[in-house]
Amino acid sequence: MLRLTPRRLPRQLRLSYSRETAPVPTSTSRFTDYFGNDVTFVTIEGAHRRWRVTSRSRVAVGPAFIPDPAETPTWESVRGLCRTDRSPRALEAYEYTFASPFVPLEESFADYARPSFPAGRPVLEAVLDLTARIHAEFRFDATATTVATPLAEVLRERRGVCQDFAHLQIACLRSLGLPARYVSGYLETVPPPGQARLVGADASHAWIAFFCPGIGWMDVDPTNNLLPSMQHITLGWGPDYGDVSPIRGVLIGGGDHVLRVGVDVLALGTVETDDLVEAAGDALAAE
Amino acid sequence: MATPATEPPPPDAPRPAVPSLWDELRGGDGEVRPEWRALIACLEALGPEELALRYEDGRRILREHGVTCFVADAAGERDVPWELDFLPLVLGAAEWREIERGVLQRARLLNGVLADLHGQQRLVRDGLLPAPLLYANPAYLRACQAIQPPGGVYLHTYAVDLARATDGRWWVVSDRTQAPAGLGFTLENRSIVTRILPEAVQALRPRSLREAFRRRREALRRMAPSGAENSVVAILSRGPRSEAYFENAYLARSLGFTLVEGADLTVRDRRVFLKTLEGLRLVEVILRRVADTYCDPLELHGESLLVVPGLVEATRAGRVAVINALGAGLLESPAFLPFLPGLCWHLFEEELRLPSLATWWCGEVREWTYVHEHLDELVLRPAFGSSVHPTFTKDLAAGERERFLTAFHGRPHDFVAQERVVLSLAPTHDAGPQPVTLRVFAIFDGRDYLVLPGGLARLLPQQTMFAAPALLAGRSKDVWVLPDHEPETEVHLIANPAPIAERAASDLPSRMAENLFWLDRYVERLEGALRECRCVVRHLAGELSASRGLALLGLVDRLGLPQPKAAENLEPAARLQAVLLAYLRDEQHPAGIQALIARVRHGAFAVRDRLSADTWRILSRLSFRPPVGAGNLRLVRAAEALNTLVVQLLAFSGLEMESMTRGHGWVFLDLGRRLERGQHVARLVAAGAADAERSPLLLEPLLEIADSVMTYRRRYFAEPQLPGVLDLLLRDPTNRRSLAFQLTASERLAGDLPVRAELGGVADVGARLAALSARLATADDAELRASLNFFTEELGAISDWLTRTFFSHVVSRVSRDEGPTLRHHPHDHVRLPVGCHGGAPLVATDAAAAAAPTAAQLLP
Repeated sequence: MLRLTPRRLPRQLRLSYSRETAPVPTSTSRFTDYFGNDVTFVTIEGAHRRWRVTSRSRVAVGPAFIPDPAETPTWESVRGLCRTDRSPRALEAYEYTFASPFVPLEESFADYARPSFPAGRPVLEAVLDLTARIHAEFRFDATATTVATPLAEVLRERRGVCQDFAHLQIACLRSLGLPARYVSGYLETVPPPGQARLVGADASHAWIAFFCPGIGWMDVDPTNNLLPSMQHITLGWGPDYGDVSPIRGVLIGGGDHVLRVGVDVLALGTVETDDLVEAAGDALAAE
Repeated sequence: MATPATEPPPPDAPRPAVPSLWDELRGGDGEVRPEWRALIACLEALGPEELALRYEDGRRILREHGVTCFVADAAGERDVPWELDFLPLVLGAAEWREIERGVLQRARLLNGVLADLHGQQRLVRDGLLPAPLLYANPAYLRACQAIQPPGGVYLHTYAVDLARATDGRWWVVSDRTQAPAGLGFTLENRSIVTRILPEAVQALRPRSLREAFRRRREALRRMAPSGAENSVVAILSRGPRSEAYFENAYLARSLGFTLVEGADLTVRDRRVFLKTLEGLRLVEVILRRVADTYCDPLELHGESLLVVPGLVEATRAGRVAVINALGAGLLESPAFLPFLPGLCWHLFEEELRLPSLATWWCGEVREWTYVHEHLDELVLRPAFGSSVHPTFTKDLAAGERERFLTAFHGRPHDFVAQERVVLSLAPTHDAGPQPVTLRVFAIFDGRDYLVLPGGLARLLPQQTMFAAPALLAGRSKDVWVLPDHEPETEVHLIANPAPIAERAASDLPSRMAENLFWLDRYVERLEGALRECRCVVRHLAGELSASRGLALLGLVDRLGLPQPKAAENLEPAARLQAVLLAYLRDEQHPAGIQALIARVRHGAFAVRDRLSADTWRILSRLSFRPPVGAGNLRLVRAAEALNTLVVQLLAFSGLEMESMTRGHGWVFLDLGRRLERGQHVARLVAAGAADAERSPLLLEPLLEIADSVMTYRRRYFAEPQLPGVLDLLLRDPTNRRSLAFQLTASERLAGDLPVRAELGGVADVGARLAALSARLATADDAELRASLNFFTEELGAISDWLTRTFFSHVVSRVSRDEGPTLRHHPHDHVRLPVGCHGGAPLVATDAAAAAAPTAAQLLP
């Protein structure tokens, strides 16, 4: 199962997408999953020593709207809204307040988060504070954890990779009753002049989004301590990593196997909005 | 007439009434209730002595049918016998009508709720169901959301566990919507009780179960999404190491469906295929007897990888009907119970007929407050999933209570509180009244639900059970529903399942062929070991000269029987005896009698839906008790035990010859035997003839072990001589025990192997066997003796080839790929690679570890 197509979003247009696979799959089908991500389902029936997937996308990204943190609603009101409102939007947010396989809800996560969430604090202010704390107090260490490392251990050891930090922050927010989801995507490989190269480029990256009434879902990158905007490209999202891993599959056969991932994100320049709309329309028609 | 030591008390013996509990047998006035009178009269007419005999008979039948459950717990893995109380639970017609209506309504209701929750979710948006019942529920399968099952039916088999309260009303304790167990046991119980109490069946005329099973079979056959009439219906089970394997095999046999395990199925181009000996065969209907987490490692967060990757995608494509639909297990969560009355009003504008056990879902403030205030009076359980794990806060130690309350306060939506169940008491055939629960089944017959007029009653040892007891938590009972007005004109006695006629050869899963092959290899190996031991015992019991003793010692040594240290300095005869007894007693020896019996049983269990009831009866009796006592007594006992076993094995082989159709199953079964016997006789002769000096002394034992003494005597009228023995045991094609016979028979069988163009090799094997035969016929005695190892190795190589070619294949016949074929070996790992983020190392899950069965599962 491949979740490699950048998702269409109001501020992210998919201008083109192509994928090459070798060997060529025996069968291919597509569907949209529960969370709205495009999924391609492929099977290869012949024996193979290696399988290569190359996917190329051209996307146009617009800046994220970032409100004044002090103007956002209190975090308690966000929690209350989810529990009482049954509008589709609020229900969707509510769904992201519960435990998921990689994100257990435990008191320890709430305890860690609580200093950032005093009574009555605007939600964005609180989330930014939590993000900064995770960034400051946890060490990025690619050797410390695996996909199977329990989140409680990440919290105890204070180290991990972007995936762990995303899960950790999600667990903190959900343990307080706040909706948070896992976002899978890519980072710009070479930063614009004068800016530092972000951690997690050259590989698939992960960050989170939380729900802010009146604005919607807002992205937050705890690994880089920032609010994603022009340098992040979104593939898809779900409750946790297990729902949106870019490639997931079953291999039948013996022996060991390894997975290598390489990502390049290049800025091609800026475009005018009108041209973009036209290009996006063409891309949609072409698919 | 034999009378058992402890005579069972008559079931209607007067006893003090327990006023608070409902008594199934007697009313409040102490009189037998009207619906039970005919049964009691019948039992009285038979009398206690006759009844004792009948019950003994019943126990024997249970044993012989091998009705068992597989249990894996701290004490290890084993099959435990299914227990049946022979007195049925009798339900009157009027009372049954109420139950039937209630179960029917509930089945329709739950199906309606499933359809909504897997589609529009109006029930959530309209506020009839709190959203966390889905969102926080691990049984809510997001991957299966919006997949329409054929005909819009999610629930095909539904079971409900009922308990009768003190006022006589039945209450629902739990709903089973995933893959309810018990239908097979229900049928088996009825068949046994009918056999031992036919008079009672005549007198009461309980409603027949057969019609319901017939309609179910027809409905399943018609379920194929393509509309095909004669599609393969596969019963998907977790294999012999799962609790309800007996009943899965039983259902497969009585419904004529194919019993498969996950590894027997493969998904190609979004369609499901059964891997058979002749290649892949399309499967359009899967009756799953496994939880959804065992169905697809790709999309359902399962623990086991030995399942069917791609199954969800196949259902999404609408190319297979999975029954019950994936995701139907959602409604097993007790958190739904309090909302059902409201849902029933909302969907049907009807009152819910069968009330549920009082349940509070703690995710809502009012309920949570109530539960908090009455914590110690209630039973707390996880709100989601069907696991029971009750917590009685009162009984918790201080620290545990603290921990539990933290969880309860932190995640209240994960808990429900329930009232304690009080169960009614039912009479038993051999003990006093015991608490009873009743499982009733509803089956979708293609148009609507029908309620099986009967069910599975279970006796619990005490009143502590409050919900969904485990399958093994007690003895079971047949349930008799009395006929409405006119008794049915014909009483259907459900006969013992007929000896299995093997279905079309192409239905034979490769795994099954492999099991048949190994079953007969082990039967043959066991027989060989028994004959060797018996021969030694016979010689020990007679006058054994020192030289023959030494010769025999040499023989057993070469045959691989270890010599105990303590025996080294003894005389030959005493040493021989020590070796033999040590071998017979050694339960750990991998080629010991006990180990071989265990392997035969295990093998037979794995193919039991292919074995006739008689065959099974023989195999279920196989057992060997190591001889105890002193001196010669031990030998006499050992001889008796060995003789009995040999006779049982011969009976098994004879039955196999007579009752199995000569399909592919037979080919593999018999090939297993021929190859094993060929190897055995070659090894035997090699061991006996190795020591030329002593070999004259060994010739008679060799003939004896190879069951050829009589033939030799008839032919040569003389003491055994080496050339004659070699001729008879190796070259004589008419001796069924000779190597030549095994080679010729194997060659003929190889000609009947399924021919598959892409495999080739079948002809090669035939040629290889023919070459062996030729070599055997032309070699002189010396050459022959020198090449016996070669024969053994060749036969081993052929066995390996069979394994590689037929048993472990995943060869695609529908594949459009021109590349080399993909092979899958039993010990290969199915791996689940996952993408990685930010440099996190890849985690590959080891199939062997991941597929380990969990502890004793609850009755699903």
